[in-house]
Amino acid sequence: MINDIIISAKGLTKKFNDFIAVDHISFDVYKGEIFGFLGANGAGKTTAIRMLCGLSLPSAGKASVAGFDVYKQTENIKKTIGYMSQKFSLYEDLTVKENIRFYGGIYGKSNQFIKEKTGWLLQRLHLENEADKLVGSLPLGWKQKLAFSVAVFHEPRIVFLDEPTGGVDPVTRREFWNLIYEAAESGITIFITTHYMDEAEYCNRVSIMVDGRIDALDSPAALKQQYAVDSMDKVFLHLARTAQRVDS
Amino acid sequence: MRTLKFLLQKEFKQVFRDKSILRMIFIMPVMQLIILPWAADYEIKNINLVVVDHDQSSYARQLVSKITASGYFRLDKYTTSYKDAMKEIEDDHADIILEIPVSFENNLAKTSSANLFMAANAINGVKAGLGTSYLQSIIRDFNNDIRMQWIQQPRFDEAANIDIRYSNWFNPQMDYKSFMVPGILAILVTMVGSFLAAMNIVREKEIGTIEQINVTPIKKYHFILGKLIPFWILGLVILSIGFLIAFLGYGILPAGSFFAIYVFAATYLLAVLGLGLLISTYSSTQQQAMLVSFFMMMIFVLLSGLYTPIDSMPEWAQWITKFNPVTYFIEVMRMVVLKGSSLSDIRYNLFIILAFAVVLNTWAVFSYRKRS
Repeated sequence: MINDIIISAKGLTKKFNDFIAVDHISFDVYKGEIFGFLGANGAGKTTAIRMLCGLSLPSAGKASVAGFDVYKQTENIKKTIGYMSQKFSLYEDLTVKENIRFYGGIYGKSNQFIKEKTGWLLQRLHLENEADKLVGSLPLGWKQKLAFSVAVFHEPRIVFLDEPTGGVDPVTRREFWNLIYEAAESGITIFITTHYMDEAEYCNRVSIMVDGRIDALDSPAALKQQYAVDSMDKVFLHLARTAQRVDS
Repeated sequence: MRTLKFLLQKEFKQVFRDKSILRMIFIMPVMQLIILPWAADYEIKNINLVVVDHDQSSYARQLVSKITASGYFRLDKYTTSYKDAMKEIEDDHADIILEIPVSFENNLAKTSSANLFMAANAINGVKAGLGTSYLQSIIRDFNNDIRMQWIQQPRFDEAANIDIRYSNWFNPQMDYKSFMVPGILAILVTMVGSFLAAMNIVREKEIGTIEQINVTPIKKYHFILGKLIPFWILGLVILSIGFLIAFLGYGILPAGSFFAIYVFAATYLLAVLGLGLLISTYSSTQQQAMLVSFFMMMIFVLLSGLYTPIDSMPEWAQWITKFNPVTYFIEVMRMVVLKGSSLSDIRYNLFIILAFAVVLNTWAVFSYRKRS
């Protein structure tokens, strides 16, 4: 099974002066799985993701993403991953098509590839009529689906999603998860953080972070059994209540 | 190279879609060039004068009419009471009081000498200083006129006279507009080059798109070039618009070559773009960038020789002007536009600005990080 590990962290730590945002976390993510990365606000999820994506330099520990070291090979990591942050990060003053073209282009995709895949994508998202509209004019749910599609447009091996469904209605969230499943089926490993426990149930395995540590890591079914509760919601509450850190 | 092409396409689309940037780019130079040269004029005119005439003689009247005929003074009040005159000053209606004493004419005729009294409102020191010296020279002139009438000219003048004639080179009409316009153009190019570029990058930080860019394999220098090239071009476009307005509005055409100006401006833009980049790496919000820019702009404008000659600044301030890139550009603009200097005449400024460009950009590139 060792060959199938695509993300591996051992004692990964990030300190900001005296504050330990991420405290010696260790975990493995297998190729093709949907890995849920849960935790309360301020538990350190975003910091951990930023380290894995090469946006933030770890203070200690080891980690590799797609076989590349997070200290030295960040440029290689960046070529193999997709990333969708909490903040909506497409250009609102560019059109749908222009955003797709821009991100496709900077990942070095050919014009032919961009053209064909854009057509397919617009059809898939039912955005054919909006192709030439400014992204800023789209409703939030559509923007989020587009942002996800752009994050996997260059066919990365892993995609990191940091609270992608924040503020989105249940119907759109459902559609969003359909997109995630499709991506997972095509072989992309999904690394996702969320606050919605129903979404946690959709994951193959979840980890739960409390105060910068990983306090639980298993499949949703196994976790429910372990804590003898009937929902992920209760698992989460059980663990999150032990948190010492004030919500930031 | 292909990455750069995508970045440039994106930047240009964004700039041309942003109405406020477009307005700034096209309306700002027009407004500044149309309004400022008229307002920033140092020649003092319309000095309000109160004359307190205790004498009421024909000489006194001759003197007053000579003063008002000069075109620099406006007779605010003609009175016989110093108190009245003082009130005019206190009410801010008048700038200078000229008091003509009793028996001014008599004294002149009998003893060949008479005294006049001048009092200036020195709240505006420039106006007071220039006003009194204009007035003095008119009175001296008047004095000579009287002497000419009275004294028979000796064969040789007893006091040797040195007659000075002026020839104003490079700006023969002493026109402040042709002096100010090149300077204002330099300031405009500076604003576009440094502050628009800084705001643009900080805006990406603020809305979070820069983080998205940072997780892509885009190279640092690609991103930076993608930001600098559009503003480099915009800076040159603004300069060209500015010259067009200078020609249409004031008939100003550089006495020297456009080539020299553009070679310098292209280098200069590299320096100020580096400054913009530097500001952007040290600010995380547009407000911060704005405040820093505002602070720097004040220093740039006031310590660049645009409004006040650098030679008359105290020595420590002259040192500061040497670290102000705007100083060199304004100097070059005035040299080339008014004096017709060639590229080899401005080479000293060109090398200094090149050094600015290298230092600022190196500093900025090192402090711009893709990860924290």
